[in-house]
Amino acid sequence: MAKLTLNDLRKLRDEKQKEFEKRDSTGAKIVVGMGTCGIAAGAKETFNAIIDELNAKNISHVQVRQTGCMGLCHSEPTVEVIVPDMPAVIYGNVNAEVGKQIVNDHIVNKYLIDNHICDKPAMDIVR
Amino acid sequence: MAYKQYILVCGGTACESIKGGELFDALKKAVKANGLANEVQVVRTGCLGFCEKGPVVKILPQDTFYVEVKPEDAEVIVKEHLVEGRVVSRLLYDTKQSKANVAIEGIDFYQKQFRIVLRNCGVIDPDKIDEYIARDGYKALEKVLFEMKPQDVINEVSKSGLRGRGGAGFPTGKKWSFAAAQPAGQKYMVCNADEGDPGAYMDRSTLEGDPHSVLEAMTIAGYAIGASKGFIYIRAEYPLAIERLENALAQAREYGLLGDDILGSGFSFDIEIRLGAGAFVCGEETALLASIEGNRGMPRPRPPFPAVKGLWERPTVINNVETLANIPVILLKGGLWFSKIGTATSKGTKVFALTGKVNNSGLIEVPMGTTLREIIFDIGGGIRDGKAFKAAQTGGPSGGIIPPQFLDTPIDYENLAKIGSIMGSGGLIVMDEDDCIPNIAKFYLDFTVDESCGKCAPCRIGGRKLLNYLGKICDGEGTHEDIENMRAINEAMSRASLCGLGQTASNPVQSSLLYFMDEYLEHIDDRRCRAGKCRNLLRYTIDKTKCVGCTACARICPSNAITGERRQPHTIDNEVCIKCGQCYEICKFHAITRA
Repeated sequence: MAKLTLNDLRKLRDEKQKEFEKRDSTGAKIVVGMGTCGIAAGAKETFNAIIDELNAKNISHVQVRQTGCMGLCHSEPTVEVIVPDMPAVIYGNVNAEVGKQIVNDHIVNKYLIDNHICDKPAMDIVR
Repeated sequence: MAYKQYILVCGGTACESIKGGELFDALKKAVKANGLANEVQVVRTGCLGFCEKGPVVKILPQDTFYVEVKPEDAEVIVKEHLVEGRVVSRLLYDTKQSKANVAIEGIDFYQKQFRIVLRNCGVIDPDKIDEYIARDGYKALEKVLFEMKPQDVINEVSKSGLRGRGGAGFPTGKKWSFAAAQPAGQKYMVCNADEGDPGAYMDRSTLEGDPHSVLEAMTIAGYAIGASKGFIYIRAEYPLAIERLENALAQAREYGLLGDDILGSGFSFDIEIRLGAGAFVCGEETALLASIEGNRGMPRPRPPFPAVKGLWERPTVINNVETLANIPVILLKGGLWFSKIGTATSKGTKVFALTGKVNNSGLIEVPMGTTLREIIFDIGGGIRDGKAFKAAQTGGPSGGIIPPQFLDTPIDYENLAKIGSIMGSGGLIVMDEDDCIPNIAKFYLDFTVDESCGKCAPCRIGGRKLLNYLGKICDGEGTHEDIENMRAINEAMSRASLCGLGQTASNPVQSSLLYFMDEYLEHIDDRRCRAGKCRNLLRYTIDKTKCVGCTACARICPSNAITGERRQPHTIDNEVCIKCGQCYEICKFHAITRA
């Protein structure tokens, strides 16, 4: 991409902001915490298990993404699940098995999974 | 078919122990009885924190937070809140009470945490610059380059009251203005990412989760002080952070947010990464500069301060990762907004790496003025296994050991200094009754002695002497005179050492002598370690009335110190015993005592 001018940057921000928010209302998102801490606790295995399970179930409308540390070191690996019409939820201690459960219970059957929900640590000051 | 509402019931051990399970069942029953089984899901969660106010219940999607909920309240919550849509105010968490020490005007929130530095951590994909931009990224830079003069930027940062988060707490705006006041010419902006305290990982997590916020801040600082070149000094032990930084740098350059003529503003700035080899002293600013220049990382006396004579003798500003991550928000929301958060002298938030004997260890960000009790018991979920809190340690090897009587002290720079500790970079280690204080002091001294560069005598010799005395005490061979000598060395080290490492290295000893003298005296006079950590002071004995002669201890003993006939009481030969404690752990009949 060519270097941005001020106007380009503003346009890009508007575009990406809409995209960022649109995604939330149409498709589902699974976000895996992949800081050093999460990876050490097995976040990569969880990430792969979720993708494998989505493929196995032929689900294509769900985005699986990585992010940094969510701050819940006591429950790594952590995964946030955002499904339209359901509250966004952070799950802790998500091993490969729980990762599959997220796909089947939360994404497909639309109910929350017992014993793995963590509280959102803080309100968002950006939005 | 998705549910419309969700009742989250805390399933943490603390809540479980006070009828959390009963509450869960009662809520399920009430939901069913009111015909809501298809609309409301009752879910058990992991620990939600606030254990002192348990059991806690949260209703989604409204985000209502109820505390101290009893099984009898289930019916009311379902009838009032879910059916009628009215909040049950008597069960609500009282936010006013919790924010007694912390002023955040006009913002109402029930969480103890408030995220400025970590705003994007765990939200965006750190490898995608577009997501950072979508979350108002580089908007502050935009504003700075096109709407503000360098002096305006410095004024805004000064107005915010932001102070250095690396430990010493020097006002950031002032530091910038010193460098800006130097005659124009080559100046440098340096980010100190040489985080090395045992138990601290705030900077690593920030860089891994939101690298662009630091790049944006450095560019802003560069504009403010008139620097065209920046360095990030980061230790090579942080491979993932380095990888993400490199990726972020490449993306920012591609977009023209770094490099020549940024966004067509005429301002040029670029950043280079320099890897440190992991010497703790290189976190000290003058040693860090020496290391960037390619010399051995050793501190030099100040003044001249780096803002006057820094890298290659040019004016240089050095800011810590966390300090920088605050900058874009300050410029977007204004210094005034920022200055309303925190206490009178310490503004904004502080990120802590909460570790040690707490249930919920984690990376947390709280407004300045939050108390240790709120951090350890509300966010941290209390002490593991229900044990007693003994002490908290802030500031790593440069900080002090804080006893329980200060649990309710609002944390800010001044208060921590008053009780003999420092803010430090933000490691917060919690200790319980099983931790031996002289032994902990010894651990930290061991670290600083190892990491001392050896240039000045107070640090090099004083540290070693202190460590020797602590070793003696932990071995049960200490004397009262040793304590006096330690006090004298503390004084000499903190006053005469060349740099911050030596000046603060005795803090763990100083503060523990102040608050935990009884434990030192126990080691010296009674040759006793109440925590059972100092091996040479331990004696294991078998209670003959409790021992059934199962032989489990004799079988596990690696030094064959335990003898006895089958089904007969056993005995331990303390001459042979190596105090490994395995017999103590394995005995099912609690027949072995440790004293």
